[in-house]
Amino acid sequence: MRGIFCSLRQLSVTYGRGRNAALDGIDLDIAAGERLAIIGESGSGKSTLARTLGGLLPEGAKVGGEMLWPGLGHPPRPGRDFGFVFQDPGSSLNPVLTIGEQIAEGARHHLGFSWKQAYARAEELLGRVRIPQPDKAMRAFPHQLSGGQRQRVAIAAAIAAKPALLIADEATSALDVVVQAEIVRLLDGLVREDGMTLLFITHDIALASGFVDRIAVFRNARLVEAGSVRSVLSAPKSDYTAALIASHRDLTTPPLIEEVAS
Amino acid sequence: MSRLLRTPEGVIGFAILLVLLSAGLLAPILSPGDPLKIAGRALLTPFTDPAFPLGTDRLGRDVLAGLLYGARTSLAVGLAAAFSAMVLGLCVGMAAGFAGGLVDEALMRVVDAFQIVPAFLLALAFVSTIGVSTPIIVIAIALGTWADPARLTRAQVLAIREQDYVASARVIGMHPAEIAFREILPNALPPVLALSATIVAGAILTEAALSFLGLGNPNIATWGSMIAEGRSVLRSASYLSVIPGAALAMTVLGVHLFSEGLGKALGDNGARAA
Amino acid sequence: MKRAIILLRRRAISSIPVLLIVVIFTFFLLESASGDAVDAYLGSIGGGDAALRQSLRESYGLDRSMLARLWLYLSSLARLDLGWSVAFGRPVRELITERLPNTLLLMGSATALSFGLGSALGILAGARPGSLRDRLLSMGSLIVYALPSFWLGLVLSIAFSVKLRWFPIAGVETIASGKTGFLRALDIADHLVLPVGALALIYLALFLRVMRSGMAEAWKLDFVLFARAKGLSRSRIVLRHVARNALLPLVTMLGLQSAAMLGGSVVIESVFAIPGFGRLAQEAVNGRDAPLLMGIVVTSAILVISVNFLVDLVYAALDPRIGASEGGA
Repeated sequence: MRGIFCSLRQLSVTYGRGRNAALDGIDLDIAAGERLAIIGESGSGKSTLARTLGGLLPEGAKVGGEMLWPGLGHPPRPGRDFGFVFQDPGSSLNPVLTIGEQIAEGARHHLGFSWKQAYARAEELLGRVRIPQPDKAMRAFPHQLSGGQRQRVAIAAAIAAKPALLIADEATSALDVVVQAEIVRLLDGLVREDGMTLLFITHDIALASGFVDRIAVFRNARLVEAGSVRSVLSAPKSDYTAALIASHRDLTTPPLIEEVAS
Repeated sequence: MSRLLRTPEGVIGFAILLVLLSAGLLAPILSPGDPLKIAGRALLTPFTDPAFPLGTDRLGRDVLAGLLYGARTSLAVGLAAAFSAMVLGLCVGMAAGFAGGLVDEALMRVVDAFQIVPAFLLALAFVSTIGVSTPIIVIAIALGTWADPARLTRAQVLAIREQDYVASARVIGMHPAEIAFREILPNALPPVLALSATIVAGAILTEAALSFLGLGNPNIATWGSMIAEGRSVLRSASYLSVIPGAALAMTVLGVHLFSEGLGKALGDNGARAA
Repeated sequence: MKRAIILLRRRAISSIPVLLIVVIFTFFLLESASGDAVDAYLGSIGGGDAALRQSLRESYGLDRSMLARLWLYLSSLARLDLGWSVAFGRPVRELITERLPNTLLLMGSATALSFGLGSALGILAGARPGSLRDRLLSMGSLIVYALPSFWLGLVLSIAFSVKLRWFPIAGVETIASGKTGFLRALDIADHLVLPVGALALIYLALFLRVMRSGMAEAWKLDFVLFARAKGLSRSRIVLRHVARNALLPLVTMLGLQSAAMLGGSVVIESVFAIPGFGRLAQEAVNGRDAPLLMGIVVTSAILVISVNFLVDLVYAALDPRIGASEGGA
């Protein structure tokens, strides 16, 4: 039985002006070392959950309820205790700094490395995220890389300081389908190797189900259901989850528009 | 308008400009007669004689009168020069943006030429060659400043031309001239208009600098010439240079504050519309 | 390095037609003057008869047709010969090379000071947009930027030269002091404190505002959020991420202001009686000396082109995205 890494009790978040809650009374436990997918459509509150856990909410946001961190004993420190990967790799990286520096700075700040040590770790991480020719890549700039490569760099930068938790907020949504699969494989491998807890936020239930342990479904700021992948997919407790699963389209699904019989 | 007055910058700027505008317009009423005439004893210090609240200069001319009439000059020349520069810049920018190709290249070289020669030097050369009448001064200042609006307008036109709504207008079959004036111009204007405050402020300062160097219209009162006059008695009567300069600074400050307030008021509007 | 050469080539090619336009425009402008240098010279010596006027005109080539003179001017320009100054009786090029160093010193120091201090203060203001520090610095810079530079120069000289007697009131160095080397440098520096200060203060305000607004914009960008999510120290985020990006529009502004600063030196040199390039322009105007004025305008244009080119190089060095498409990623 794994220990609990994080425990949410009646967590609620309201943004500055709106009266509608972005998150409403969420009760959820996150086990240490597990891979948990947060599934939801736009406006479901999944990104808000990610930002709240990371303390990255904008000013004026009001948080109610509790977030307990038995795994750490204190709220997580950005970089040191958790890493965050954003949706758009193009804008996550600073265009005027080398990618080597952007990976190394986290290691230097949190692990007390010298720049030399930090750069060595950065190069090692570039290898782990499968960037070709890591030594040359260290001096490259973000605009010289493709979208998928940039996201790999962002992941490397996020885990540079060896955090216990990795939050991927729609990290694959802006990428091509083939690249999505590669990134998912990469994330899976990394968290297994380092024993990290992974929070994978997405709207694509099929993509997530391929590799995570548990799924939590969100809708309209509420948690609809949570459970292991197998149980949620085979026996969804709510109609909404069933609809999500049913509306998943692949090549075996019958076409939406029937061809006119000639 | 009401939004403008809600910003502190807008209020102060508007107030300053209002004071200046009234000073200029009411100058003949508040200080009748020629401000350049000798009115009283020379070198009276300010606040000593109620008839001359701001004192008199070396020749006995009333400083307050000079200040009020100088406001007219500064505002008139500043606004006229800025207006001409904007119109010229808009026309050239639009022409270059629409024509494209060789015409665009040629026009941009001309714009480059006018941007490279320092505006003040150009105005200096122009005024000294042609003459020191007010219209010439306005043209001289405009010649130095029209290049920036031209460049900005062209950039706007080029960007907007590629937008989808222009393409759909073309597809519908709108005449190019109609597209230019109904679709492109209204959207190109705002950033260019935002430039106008800097241009007005610059024009006012350039006019002052020109008259400071003795290249202003000698027949009217200008703040620049007053500052220059005060130089000869700088040690004993520094107020003669300080006061008109302070007025200049206030004017420019008013223009800047007003435009910042305007920018904020319109900026909110733009954000809401987006 | 390769990017630099590409930029240099492109710049040089597009500068030539621009310079040509400057020369032609100025030439025709000065043509429309009602009197010329000979008239001014004769006026200064108390008049002269028609024969003297004619012979002077011939010797200066002023009796030929306009186009002939334009062609003559352009061809001598190609040989770096800027003509002869009637008012001074010396080659224009000599006059310019004599006076230019003073102006370059003035402008160079003012630029360095205003850029350095202005960006530093701008970073202070932009580190926390909306804070009290930011509001004070923004308001202060707005007021300073509104001041006319020549008036500021006068006020500074009233305060520091007249009342406090800390600095000399005019000139670039003490005349016939016989000082050399380091002492002379100190003397010149002493004389330049006030003029450089006046010029620098105004541009400091401008650079402060540009850096501050650049930072306010940069704060909103996603990579700043990413940097915060990495838990980096505040100073690192402010300096290495936000300010480093806000530096780009600031450098652009530096290029744009170089022409204005050169123009501004005219009035400052007049206020402080510094024998520089700007003063030379005023003297050319007073003496109706067309060749000298032409030479000054052309030299200014070349100066501004060079400064713009340098600024472009610096910008390309700071922004790795520039020239990337040509070099090939």
